[in-house]
This record gives sequence, structure tokens and C-alpha cells, in this order.
Amino acid sequence: MSEFLRSYLTVAIFGATGCLLVGAFVGLSALVRPTRPQAQKYLTYESGVDPVGTGWSQSNIRYYVFALLFVMFDVEAVFIFPWATRLEAYGYFGLVEMAIFIFILALGLFYAWRKGVLRWV
Amino acid sequence: MNVLADLAYWQETIIKVLIGLAAVLLPAGTIVYLYLFKMMSFMQSRLGPMEAGPFGSMQPLAEVGKWIQKEDIFPTKADKRVFAAAPFVVLMSTFLLVIILPGGPDATFVDLNVGIYFGLAVSSVSVIGILMAGWSSANKYSLLGGIRAAGQLIAYELPMILAVVGVVIQAGTMNMQGIVFAQAEGEIFGWGGIGNPYIITQFLGFVIFMIAIQAELTQPPFDMPIAESELISGYLTEYSGIRFLLFFIGEFATSGVFSAIAATLFLGGWYVPGIDPHNDIFNVIGPLILFGKMMLVAFFIYWFRFTYPRFREDQLQRLAWKVLIPLSLVNIVATGVLKVVL
Repeated sequence: MSEFLRSYLTVAIFGATGCLLVGAFVGLSALVRPTRPQAQKYLTYESGVDPVGTGWSQSNIRYYVFALLFVMFDVEAVFIFPWATRLEAYGYFGLVEMAIFIFILALGLFYAWRKGVLRWV
Repeated sequence: MNVLADLAYWQETIIKVLIGLAAVLLPAGTIVYLYLFKMMSFMQSRLGPMEAGPFGSMQPLAEVGKWIQKEDIFPTKADKRVFAAAPFVVLMSTFLLVIILPGGPDATFVDLNVGIYFGLAVSSVSVIGILMAGWSSANKYSLLGGIRAAGQLIAYELPMILAVVGVVIQAGTMNMQGIVFAQAEGEIFGWGGIGNPYIITQFLGFVIFMIAIQAELTQPPFDMPIAESELISGYLTEYSGIRFLLFFIGEFATSGVFSAIAATLFLGGWYVPGIDPHNDIFNVIGPLILFGKMMLVAFFIYWFRFTYPRFREDQLQRLAWKVLIPLSLVNIVATGVLKVVL
């Protein structure tokens, strides 16, 4: 196996370790904890009164536009990182190129700002 | 010289996994005891835990012992499978994050060439765990808390990522080891006496990064998702016993790992001035130096935590989108110009 794949195998093993740790804690707890079922214990908590309606109630999600803006800037970050590592080699050409790219994105943010989506409506 | 080089892959990996467990859990325990219990108590003119062990130092273990004996409660209406899976996702993200930390010239878990980029990517996996917890609880408070958490974490991820770009431009690499060497061998205007810790040349980036990780860790003043006066405990409302404890461990372990990442990116990681960075001695003292720097960064995080009142949701989003993101874009352009011109 190549060195490259091997390092990502270690990454996967670390992820599995995290899951195993959680499993070990829950398993250990299962050995020592009491179980005394009572219907009231399993009610949804709503400040001590009987829950009203369903828990998955409809609520007005503010800032959903931000999720769209987030996608835009996250993709931008994907492009910026490789550029940042090679900036010395590209010199002025790379700098101007990226300045234009960032300017266009900043324009997008500015547009959203002026449109009023960046405030509590 | 690499002591691990002679071992087979599986032997090496077992050792690394054990060190990784220590690197996640020990800082978490230290932070909980020193900062959450003791420092907060002293700031509030009280003693804090004093009974368990000398000066209450065994209190974190006592807490684990207590929580482990609690009854496991699944609400009837909850989506049980997702409810049980959420802590796995959160802790897994922490373990994937710790892997990028270098502790010395040869002492790395994995020397990924995209180091910090990988770290920023896996750190956002915990958002999914928190959304899972909030949604599956079938509780109005949890749902609101989970949605708030998602909104906050994606908003502050951007300044965090963009602040790191400044460091990557200066170092010319995304590899964590490369960033440490770049700081150790760097020069500030031709003077290389203390190397070039990027906290000096990237001070704006450091400030943005610290504010952003404070929000990413949902530490006060950015604790809208678990605002106890409004949402009981946000996405954690229905969790009890061991599953609550796992979220708690995840939160503090991640704050330790993020502090260590900030220390590596901006304070020079395992390097101290005066010794050649290729010296083998760093494989031994490097992890301790990194631990010291991590505790220093964590101190600031917790100092802010205990000092500032909570942000309102709209103030929080305004700070991210109208202040931090434009500032970090300016920082990228300014760093790029200075790098090419100088």
C-alpha cells in the first residue's frame, strides 16, 4: 500500500477510535446504571408541563439565505487555498487574478448586504 | 531519527491511537478542572470543588463516575437511532481533528500534506452531529437549539477558514509541520532571532481565528445554541447520563484541540526559539511545549467565556457577516500583496 493511502488508513482508524470510545463509555454505563421504567420519564421535556403538539413543530428559520451565501464562500475557500500555497511562484499575475476573484465575491456579499438579507427581518 | 520507524504499521498505529486518546482526553480533563472549575470559581470569588482529591483535582473523574451511573433515558417520541448516533459523530470529529497536530519534527500522527485544510474540513463534521441531536430529540427546544447551532457554526466557519489563508500564504504550505518550520526558520524584516511566529505578522488573522473558534466551540459569549435562559439546554435538552457526558467531553476535548491548532498556526507549535528546529530533542519536549502553548490559548478562550455576556442571535450573525468576513478578505489581499511585493 502506498504511503499516501496508508496515512488515510490511519485517519480512518482514528475516526473509528472516536466511535469505539463512545461505544466503550455507553457499554460501561450499561453495566452499572439502573433501569426503572416509568412512562412519565420518557415524556418530551417542556418546562415541566405536558408537551403541546409535536416536537417537530414548524418554526420560522431566519437566515436561510445565509446558507446559500455560505456555499458561495466555502467554494471560494476551496479555490483560495491552492492559490495561497503557490503565491510565490505566480507572483503579480496570481495576485491580480485572485484580487479580481475576491472582488467579485465581495461584490456578492455587498449585494446581499444592500438587499437587506443580512439583518433580522 | 524516528523511533517508530522500525515498527510494523499495526504496532505503530496502536501506539499512535493510544497517544491520540491521551492527546484528546488529558487536555480536556485539565481544561475542565483548571479553567472550568477553578478559574471560573476564583473569578466569581468562590473556591470551587475542594472535596475530591487535593484541591478538588479529582472532581472531573468523580463527575464521570456520577454520570456513568445515571439511567439511560430515550424519550418515547424521539428518533431513537439518530438520537443514539449523534454523540458518535461529535466525538469522531474530535478524533479526526487531533490527527493533524504535530508534536515534534518526527512526532506526528499523520503528516498529511493538506494538513490544516483537512482539519478545517473535518471540524465541520460536528455540525452534523449537533443537527442530528437537535432534530432527533423531537423537542421544541432541541430543534431551535440545533438550528441555531447550524446557523452559527456555518457563519463562523468562514472567518475561521479565511483567517487561516493568511497563514498559508505566509508559510507557502498547508502542511502543519511545514507551517511550524516556516515559523521556526522565518525572519521578521531580516531578523530571525525568535523565528517568525505568525501571531506577529498575522495579528489580525489571529484575532479573527480566536473569535471564530470561540463561536465554533459554542462557548459563551457565543452560546446561543444552548442558551439556558431561553432554550433550557438547546440540543442537549433531552440527553441525560452518559450520552450527555459524551457531548460534554466532546466540547472540551475540541476546545483543547482547537487551542492546539491555534498555537501551531500562530504561536509556532512545538518550537521554542534558541534551539535548532531539526534537533531531536523536540521529539521529547515538543509535545510539552505544544501543551503549554495550548493551555495559554485555552486560557484566553475561557477568560472570554467567563467575562462576556451572551450575544443575541442577530448580533451574532451581524458580527460574522458584516465584520469578520470582510475583515478576513481584506487580510487575505493585504497578506498576498505584502508577500509578492516584499
